[in-house]
Amino acid sequence: MKDNPVSDCTVSAVPKLRKRARDPVLMQKVAFALLFLATLLIIVPVGLIIVVIVQKGLPGISWQFLTDIPRQGMRSGGIFPAILGTVYLVGGAIIFALPIGLLSAIYLSEYARGNFLTRLIKLAIVNLAGVPSVVYGLFGLALFVTFFKFGASILSGALTLGIMILPIIITASLEALESVPHSFREASRSLGASKWQTIRYVVLPNSISGIITGTILGLGRAAGETAPILFTVAAFYLPQLPGSIFDQVMALPYHLYVISTQVPNVDEKIRYGTALVLLTMVLFMNLAAVVIRCRFRRKKKW
Amino acid sequence: MRKFKEFIIEKLILLCGLASIFFVVLIFLFLLKEGLAVFKTVAPLKFIFGKSWYPISDPPQLGILPLILGSLLVTLGAALISIPIGVACAVYIAEVAPQKIKEVLKSGIELLAAIPSVVLGFIGMVTLVPWVKSIFHLPTGLTALSGSVMLAFMAMPTIVSIAEDALYSVPKSYKEGALALGATHWQAIHRVILPAASSGIMAAVMLGIGRVIGETMAVMMITGNAAVMPNSILQPVRTLTATIAAEMGEAVVGSEHYFALFAIGIVLFVISFIVNVGADLFLHNKKQ
Repeated sequence: MKDNPVSDCTVSAVPKLRKRARDPVLMQKVAFALLFLATLLIIVPVGLIIVVIVQKGLPGISWQFLTDIPRQGMRSGGIFPAILGTVYLVGGAIIFALPIGLLSAIYLSEYARGNFLTRLIKLAIVNLAGVPSVVYGLFGLALFVTFFKFGASILSGALTLGIMILPIIITASLEALESVPHSFREASRSLGASKWQTIRYVVLPNSISGIITGTILGLGRAAGETAPILFTVAAFYLPQLPGSIFDQVMALPYHLYVISTQVPNVDEKIRYGTALVLLTMVLFMNLAAVVIRCRFRRKKKW
Repeated sequence: MRKFKEFIIEKLILLCGLASIFFVVLIFLFLLKEGLAVFKTVAPLKFIFGKSWYPISDPPQLGILPLILGSLLVTLGAALISIPIGVACAVYIAEVAPQKIKEVLKSGIELLAAIPSVVLGFIGMVTLVPWVKSIFHLPTGLTALSGSVMLAFMAMPTIVSIAEDALYSVPKSYKEGALALGATHWQAIHRVILPAASSGIMAAVMLGIGRVIGETMAVMMITGNAAVMPNSILQPVRTLTATIAAEMGEAVVGSEHYFALFAIGIVLFVISFIVNVGADLFLHNKKQ
């Protein structure tokens, strides 16, 4: 065998080839290890952020912290007006955005034909979702505060936030509506129901959980945003509760910004406590959305 | 009567269907209405390429080049960090991770996406900023670098989730074909699946970067806010978004400063428009 020139040739060629192509199995191990490392680089800091905020924020949380007004230039007391302000803003935003967003999704899913207009609407939704939050703030300032003369008020802030979360609600509702099988609609129409009756009594009830999920995600987003409310509603320091929708309010995210950058010597406990309350509110809403989605998936029969 | 009611409802639905277009146009028009006035006093080119931003001196100097460069520098840094890590994470989740771990990782990414930017900014201030200060022996840790790292984290959820979708939508037969030819799993990923998903990944990267350029609060809290021409990543910088957020409160309505901030808003709107339409084209391409 050794004298065979062909075999000689292959023997000498193999190590060379090996050297160039390297061992594919080893390569795979290295590559997967690197991919895993990259994943850890994202997941571990997320875990750490949550742990740090909970650990350092928990000692600052007390009944008094949650229900009292800020005192001594926000260096002591509680954050109740900010919590309430955020609740008002989020509520107002959803009252505005849910009907428009839902009807818009119904249009896209039930009425729109796959033409240029539909494409344009979808592009507009994508753009609306991508507009920087501070630009929403400018827009709210120009339209609601100045042009409509609502002033810096709950109304201006809630409308601005409402427009901002519109794409979230439309996208989620659209997905929910489109997941209802086509045969449901055909069965309803063949029984003599009109198009609107089909939507009202067949499509909507079958997609309600997806719509709720999207709405809650929108709420969470609205609760956490700061830039859109900077010039439209947020009050730096206002230790009283709002009387009407034309009043300014404090809001949790802006309050956190203020006490961590604008006011010197605020106790660490108050800063972390505020961050924890805000984070809890937002994550709780996201958790609720996930739970609803999971329960619905299990119940789904088609 | 019922027909009439349904007619009204259907018209209402059509009207709401057009709402998104209406609002995008409305936002642009109102930015133009308030922002274009600045060009009465400053030439557009001088506004964009002017090297000094002293809006409250007399006469005000309104050149936004330092702010544009600040945004670019921070964005570039964030892109360098977030794109490789984000895409790698997406590949890991889509292809490598076992089913159970996959769900955990996905919820972890969603969690990161849900954390408000002001909370991330706060965490950056109390952890990242002191680290940067002591590692590089700087007078202040409020630098472009800190901003880049923090922003990379905000871009990653977008990059990971959209890139993962793109990888997931590559037909299974591609992978099976590669494996049948004797490729290892990694070779199949690297030579077949990644190229097949490239336009979706490109869209993911663009949208992630769009998120970074538009990010406001975290950037304002940790980049130091110095409106000067940046020449190092270890110096304080100020971005376009932070300028608007920090100065609009003090700008007098109707002053040149006020108009200039709206003009910056126009610049940001146009950038985000280009990014989003571009990403949409990439995604649309893929479907055909």
